[in-house]
Amino acid sequence: MDVRYINPFIESTVHVLKTMSSITARVGKPYLKKNEVATGDVSGIIGLIGDVKGSISVSFKEECILSIVSNMFGETMTVLNDEVKDAAGEISNMISGQARQKLEIIGRNLKASIPIVIMGKDHTISHITKDKIIAIPFMTDNGEFTIEVSFEE
Amino acid sequence: MEFNITILIVDDFESMRRIVKGTLKSIGFSNFIEAEDGVIAMKKLEKEKVDLIISDWIMPNMNGLDFLKAVKGNDKFKHIPFIMVTAEGQKGNVLEAINAGVNNYIVKPFTTETLRAKLQKVLG
Repeated sequence: MDVRYINPFIESTVHVLKTMSSITARVGKPYLKKNEVATGDVSGIIGLIGDVKGSISVSFKEECILSIVSNMFGETMTVLNDEVKDAAGEISNMISGQARQKLEIIGRNLKASIPIVIMGKDHTISHITKDKIIAIPFMTDNGEFTIEVSFEE
Repeated sequence: MEFNITILIVDDFESMRRIVKGTLKSIGFSNFIEAEDGVIAMKKLEKEKVDLIISDWIMPNMNGLDFLKAVKGNDKFKHIPFIMVTAEGQKGNVLEAINAGVNNYIVKPFTTETLRAKLQKVLG
């Protein structure tokens, strides 16, 4: 997988969370993901097609997504419900949109599917590619989340 | 500041409608109608007086671009200012929306200041 596809998603993730929820996300060390078990409790998954085929996921720990959505809504969210699920999908959508703008600059035009959001402990994330899955962990003051990126030419 | 106009907010994500509405309230707007997609939005336009439309692009049933074309192609509604608020920020998308008659375009994520500035341009 072309590593140039990774940075746009990292930068976009940081930008989206800062703009929509005033939360600073600190980037951890990327690693190769070798199974389908989600690292978080709520995951947004988006398929990407166009010049390359791929998919991304954003998987949030409960505490993390609750603090992000609380800031987005200006109201304290305490449980994982449909509103939080919906917001997780929209965050994934914005990250995908920002990253696709950046990928356009390096000559890769992509269209995105409507996000699918899955909630629950130990759910699985299936990427549409057969290529390697790169996982990038992020830390916030209120917990962790991980994005996964997989592309095949 | 208070603005006595009715804004139709169209987005399939309830969370995004809520965020857009919250941002508009903080700017001084208070009258809103909501719709989940272009089909529902067209029905609401037929029934209620709308002064401004803020719509997402990617939605099921009728997406924001088709909704924009339906509004701008209809003599009854074409005068209503239409702002696209979308995650689709690629050049081709923006051009397509401009060609279809969009009055302004905001790429998500956006700040209150961005929305305020775009509203000022559209509403004068």
